[in-house]
Amino acid sequence: MFRRTLLGTAAVALGLSLAGAAFAQDKLKVGFIYVGPVGDGGWTYQHDQGRLAVEAEFGDKVETVFQENVPEGADAERVLTQMALGGADIIFTTSFGYMDQTNAVAAKFPDVKFEHATGFKREHPNVSTYDARFYEGRAVMGTIAGHMTKSGKIGYIGSFPIPEVIQGINSSFIHAKKINPDVTISVVWAYTWFDPAKEADAAKALIEQGVDVILQHTDSTAPLAEAAKTPGVIGFGQASDMTEYKPSPRVSAIIDNWAPYYIKRVGALLDGTYEQSAAWEGIAGGEVEIGEITDAVPAEVKAAAEKMRDDIAAGTYHPFTGPINKQDGSVWLADGVVAQDGELAGMNFYVEGITGDIPQ
Amino acid sequence: MELFGGINPAVLIASLMVAAVPILLAAIGELVVEKAGVLNLGVEGMMIMGAICGFVAAVESGSPLVGFIGGALGAAALSLIFAFLTQVLLANQVATGLALTLFGLGLSSLIGQGYVGIKPPLTGEVPFGPLADIPVIGTILFQHDWMVYASIAVIAAVWAVLRYTRTGLIIRAVGESHDAAHALGYKVIRIRVLAIMFGGAMAGLGGAYISLVRVPQWTDGITAGAGWIALAIVVFASWKPWRVLVGAYLFGGITVLQLNLQAAGARIPVEYLSMSPYLITILVLVIMSADKSRAALNAPAALGRNFHASR
Amino acid sequence: MLILEKRPSPSRFWQGATPVLAVALTMIAGGVMFAILGKNPFEAIRTIFWDPVFGEFAWYFRGQLLVKAGPLILIAVGLSLGFRAGIWNIGAEGQYIMGAIFGAAVGLAFYPASGWFIFPLMVLAGGFGGWLWAMIPAILRTKFRTNEILVSLLLVYVAQSILSSMALGALRNPEGGGFPGSRNLSQYPAAANPEIIAGSGMHWGVVAAFIAVIAAYVLLQRHILGFHIRLAGQAPRAARFAGVSPDRLVVLCMGISGALAGLAGLFEVSGPAGQISIDFASGYGFTAIIVAFLGRLNPLGILLAGLLMALTYVGGDNASTNLGLPSASIQAFQGMLLFFLLAVDLLSNYRIKFLLKERA
Repeated sequence: MFRRTLLGTAAVALGLSLAGAAFAQDKLKVGFIYVGPVGDGGWTYQHDQGRLAVEAEFGDKVETVFQENVPEGADAERVLTQMALGGADIIFTTSFGYMDQTNAVAAKFPDVKFEHATGFKREHPNVSTYDARFYEGRAVMGTIAGHMTKSGKIGYIGSFPIPEVIQGINSSFIHAKKINPDVTISVVWAYTWFDPAKEADAAKALIEQGVDVILQHTDSTAPLAEAAKTPGVIGFGQASDMTEYKPSPRVSAIIDNWAPYYIKRVGALLDGTYEQSAAWEGIAGGEVEIGEITDAVPAEVKAAAEKMRDDIAAGTYHPFTGPINKQDGSVWLADGVVAQDGELAGMNFYVEGITGDIPQ
Repeated sequence: MELFGGINPAVLIASLMVAAVPILLAAIGELVVEKAGVLNLGVEGMMIMGAICGFVAAVESGSPLVGFIGGALGAAALSLIFAFLTQVLLANQVATGLALTLFGLGLSSLIGQGYVGIKPPLTGEVPFGPLADIPVIGTILFQHDWMVYASIAVIAAVWAVLRYTRTGLIIRAVGESHDAAHALGYKVIRIRVLAIMFGGAMAGLGGAYISLVRVPQWTDGITAGAGWIALAIVVFASWKPWRVLVGAYLFGGITVLQLNLQAAGARIPVEYLSMSPYLITILVLVIMSADKSRAALNAPAALGRNFHASR
Repeated sequence: MLILEKRPSPSRFWQGATPVLAVALTMIAGGVMFAILGKNPFEAIRTIFWDPVFGEFAWYFRGQLLVKAGPLILIAVGLSLGFRAGIWNIGAEGQYIMGAIFGAAVGLAFYPASGWFIFPLMVLAGGFGGWLWAMIPAILRTKFRTNEILVSLLLVYVAQSILSSMALGALRNPEGGGFPGSRNLSQYPAAANPEIIAGSGMHWGVVAAFIAVIAAYVLLQRHILGFHIRLAGQAPRAARFAGVSPDRLVVLCMGISGALAGLAGLFEVSGPAGQISIDFASGYGFTAIIVAFLGRLNPLGILLAGLLMALTYVGGDNASTNLGLPSASIQAFQGMLLFFLLAVDLLSNYRIKFLLKERA
């Protein structure tokens, strides 16, 4: 059913001719390239859960392969080429830093589908991109934070000042402020995606400043463990559900759930309806999942958060709806205007009310 | 009492004491190793082995104490590979140490595959009762888990042993001149192997502290470079136990302070502040080594050289 | 009992035979590990050692071996000079990063101009950046007797901070939509370091590595500086009597190794990696230390050690994708290989004797 030429233009460019270049395969081979180890408990772990979901969904019809800890650079290009040579039919590249490599290898293997996470370059017809609207989940977290904070101070542990993280900070702040107009947000940049000890210190520093709700955009449970030491401080699971900190301090979670997207794309390839796409799904598509809101929050807060979630899912509410001013007071979105995806994708400013500068 | 924008110095000191425990333990272990004339650059590998072995032992037994013992044993076992290669087979210490780190990172990840996303048993605070409620002093001194005190006790013990006991004298003699020590009838190799194992055990304790108290969870690469910092601290301390304490607290302190300054809303260039601990350590190194009489004299003379008893 | 007797000079036979023996021992120990992990050990060993060189897709992987080995060899050759003289530069990783930053900055400053002179200028800037970064520990050691192991190591972390601030700030691609990372130099012809023959893996960095091997060989064998380096390492006091200035040697050795590491960074950033990104540094500087020792600090040995190391990376990645081996097992496997190589080294310097009676 799946016939593909084994070597694309790579072989042509090399002037090599290989006999038996085409052969029939009975299974669809699905490849994944991970930036971290499967055991990171966060970003890569969730992608791998998605891979397992693909296996569970399609059983014998697919075969999955993956490579963990692939550095972004020459190694990524080699591993991608290796997977394509090895007969993969579709390859998911799960880190922003694989963008140019994905497109470069895609040019050499026009019959292999490439899916690049969180990027924006689709230079060839066989390259699609996908991302998740994490800021939708942040809106729900912000709502809970606005209700729950007694000190009026919420903290945010940021990794790197990139648009995705800034969207999250802005979305959390806007929605907390809607509930509690006096709320302030303290942002600590850890300059790492993953350094548990540093994340714990960051959480501790925030708590020391009177913060009683901590949001994090780094992947370890260390901030939750730190929050657990101080009564009255709450936090949220990040990337994975982090259920081991239920019911408090983890009162809810923002879960990266890639399974629906992976199943959809692999399924489309299996039944022949696959097309190039640029997916940016959120709560509605299932990519962003809100972890169980525990009884540590009052029922009306839970209801408000769930309403927010459901409104976003139904498409009746967009977290970035005007009036919203930028930090300097200039108008960003007029009353009722909804942010364009393009603006969001390149977001590099704080909204009004957040103090401090984004490191440049 | 406020330093800047609401940073409480007492709490700052209390948190840096906790932050410094892993590097403190690893560094004091490495200090003994280097005093015996051996340079083991595999601290990071031993720490992460301690982190996973300690985590597994604690989760399986339900006891943090068993966890710490397991961490120390696991890392000491790994250090035996280094001891065998460098002491018996006379391999180059720098290369062996680096290989040990590579191996330790890989092995720990293999062992830890079933332990992601589990919460280890809680290591409790030492109950000091009313002492803990004394302002400032109570916060700094009496609100920690027992490993914080244990780490300081280890420093004191190493200092006392090196300075006042025969064992300490032998260790130092072996590190200064293995040929002379051999001539005096000391078993150079045996002493060095024991020192290496002690270093491994301490690195393992430090690693276990990360996975059991600081974070507490298991994930690949959890030590995130702490072992390298421990190595730096030994030299920073010019091979003196109490200065290891100062170095570890200084280093932990700068890291904690920069995060606190951010949390307090100080307008500081974060990306430059995050390199400040390293720059300040270099600066202190320069100041200390510029005083020619001191640092150079403290370095064990036989550091990094292998011993072979030729006839 | 067994005793060791030092050979008057290293055994030529064992110098050649030990690496083979070490690889054989690693195959056995590694095979046991792979078997414990439930994989076919023979298949795993074949995938790692045989397939990249002689397997079905060797035409691709042979070139990739050069891509991987090039920077390792270039850095290791530089380091070996210092190591021979007892000068311990273990911060090559930082010098590699700084070389890449300096070189990339020069290239990006000219964007989008074209001109034959741009790439050579970048090469100069790359070498200069590495040299400059290595001069810090060198000067501190000569002026203040500060330990160069520590300073060079600490400067790695400083360089990494500078790298992320460059990727997020000064060198960020203005057309990248706010994402971190510079423009892709490999897509800017005047600044690119492409493969000289397509598909061969040969880029200018690999050429530079070969030149460095030859130059180091000539230097050590024929030049007075080489003699001084060897003398300073083997007999420091004799070297002083012979008029070798230790300070001059420190500055020279650190400078050469820094410049070569900087060049490696430049060739990597303008070629295989393509851009300055947060995760640009992938540990070549540290791995090169191991390569230098595996090659016994001998330029030709380093050439072979670099290729062997590259083989374990490329073959290891293949094994981990094709056989589903965790990448951690490949790391452990590499560790074993190093242990065995270091262990059997004993045989070339010592003779093992059996004594029947214990000596008094």
